[in-house]
Amino acid sequence: MSEEIREEAQVRSRVLEGLDLPKPMAYWHQVWWRFRKDKIGLASAGIIVIVVLLSVLAPWISPYATDYGPVSNRLANPFSEGHILGTDEQGRDMVTRLLHGGRNSLIAGVVPVFIAFTIGTLLGIIAGFAGSNINTLIMRIVDIFYAFPAILLAIAIAGALGPGLSNTLIALSVVYTPRVIRIAESVTVQAKGFDFVEAARASGASDIHIIRSHILPNVLSPVLVYNSTLVSISILAAAGLGFLGLGIAAPHAEWGRMLNDLRQSIYVNTWVPILPGVAIFITAMAFNLVSDAVRDAMDVRL
Amino acid sequence: MINSQKPLLDVKNLRKYFPVRSGPLRRVSAHVKAVDDVSFDVKQGEILGLVGESGCGKSTIARVLIRLIDPDAGEIHFQDMDVVKASGREMKALRRRMQIVFQDPWASLNPRMNIQDAIAFNLLAHQFPKKDALEKVWEGLDNVGLNPAQFGLRYPHELSGGQRQRVNIARALVLDPQLLLLDEPVSSLDKSIQAQVLNLLGELREALGLTYIFISHDLHVVGYLSDRVAVMYLGKVVELAETNELYNKPLHPYTQALLGSVPTMNPHQRSTQPPLTGDPPSPIAPPSGCRFRTRCKHAMEVCAQVEPPLQEAEAGRLVACHLYGEGEHANASESSPAGAGDESLG
Repeated sequence: MSEEIREEAQVRSRVLEGLDLPKPMAYWHQVWWRFRKDKIGLASAGIIVIVVLLSVLAPWISPYATDYGPVSNRLANPFSEGHILGTDEQGRDMVTRLLHGGRNSLIAGVVPVFIAFTIGTLLGIIAGFAGSNINTLIMRIVDIFYAFPAILLAIAIAGALGPGLSNTLIALSVVYTPRVIRIAESVTVQAKGFDFVEAARASGASDIHIIRSHILPNVLSPVLVYNSTLVSISILAAAGLGFLGLGIAAPHAEWGRMLNDLRQSIYVNTWVPILPGVAIFITAMAFNLVSDAVRDAMDVRL
Repeated sequence: MINSQKPLLDVKNLRKYFPVRSGPLRRVSAHVKAVDDVSFDVKQGEILGLVGESGCGKSTIARVLIRLIDPDAGEIHFQDMDVVKASGREMKALRRRMQIVFQDPWASLNPRMNIQDAIAFNLLAHQFPKKDALEKVWEGLDNVGLNPAQFGLRYPHELSGGQRQRVNIARALVLDPQLLLLDEPVSSLDKSIQAQVLNLLGELREALGLTYIFISHDLHVVGYLSDRVAVMYLGKVVELAETNELYNKPLHPYTQALLGSVPTMNPHQRSTQPPLTGDPPSPIAPPSGCRFRTRCKHAMEVCAQVEPPLQEAEAGRLVACHLYGEGEHANASESSPAGAGDESLG
């Protein structure tokens, strides 16, 4: 029986070859295919790649030492001799500071989002799929976190834990995880009601099997889209914490902290203090635009 | 075709009430009586039709039978197995032998899974060896008239409704079940496609020796395939009979009204009965006694007081109506229930 089918199928597919039927594509292939058409998204992705590369390579491409410089040459203008982007209030080279600051800012932007994504998706799916008491338990805890404004909660946690990069990461993860849980939960509850999930249950598949094959793929795209917007928010929040002195400790560079340190110098030299802000703006904007493009590309319900 | 041995599926006094919650504390204030004391059996190789207006509990029965919903009371026996009391492991074994096809071909396939993966999912859920799965999937697609090479790698949105429903049937059949629950399998398809799918179901039943429970609101569709038909009204079976007998001589006033409301092209066959008017009463608070009495033109005093049991009116014909019960009301219109003797009862 099967031998015959295979033969016949091969014959038929040979017939069909000439018909130029649209070739089916795997889902992620389709997403990439649609994403590629979005020029703004593509350009933003390019900017992110450049920022990431520069940050990663910072120790090797920085022209000067990170933490000290001649104070005699402080607040030099951009394009002054030897310092393309000038120097900061302690005479440190701004290019070097921005490159190293980018490392910490990106870590502060990406790591909490990744943690929130992993824990949040897991707990959200558990809450949504299990329902009843487990759902109530998880979601009411989430509600408690929601009662505080995000940035105040981050400040409170970071303040309690003390300044430092790892504490910033913890604070932001705690703030963002409940948000991801809530989205993952609502999408899971929605997906659970689909007929194809009922059909899968009726087929006798185990819960794990159903979650992996049917729930997760449907939950993943809205959660991924939300997380990509979170990255830019997280970079801004980390910068905010840095600005308040709750982020990474001096003398390490971080865009938010640099902005704060240079704040007092804005009347002496207008151009240098703007630079970290511009860096934050460009990076956050690029992440935002990429997330828009990803959202459009992932929307398969045709 | 139908042998009189022990039934494949035996349902006794099945009941499912859905709680209605209201108020700030979400207290249970009432129940929707979706399935109320329903009994029937299905014999090996038989097609049992289940027909009724929307909201009468047909689909709930299907979901309860395969335990997507747990019943509140009653017994379901599938061959030697007690479905209601089955453990998780027993349920898994049972679902190999009993499968369901849903109404909406658009919602019942995962948009992110290609066709052959969607069907293979059922096999892999039962630890079917991966290397043989594709072969089996292709065989299944071929059985429902879809070319595996052409459709296997397609995604649901690239298929028409009829093709999707074929995929759903292939998916349900890939585990070689004995009983297939068809929950309005053709209701969302065009008439011409309906005929194709119905014929396919008929052929598959012959070829694979299947048993169906065929649920639909469409009397034509149910009558086309079914050996026996159960008519449901507001969560109750009101009449159960062999298809030909039921269609030629409906006993229950509701069945008569349903058949009278089927449009026909033949002026000589046109029904003299006025069509059924109004909506069914709310299943939250069904009428006392006989549930159909509010729309029944034969309604009598006793109908409001006593609920008519489903009992044998003629050989092999079960009806739940006081017109056919024993006692003083029985004679009123026994010979011609739709006939001239009705005026006195109005």
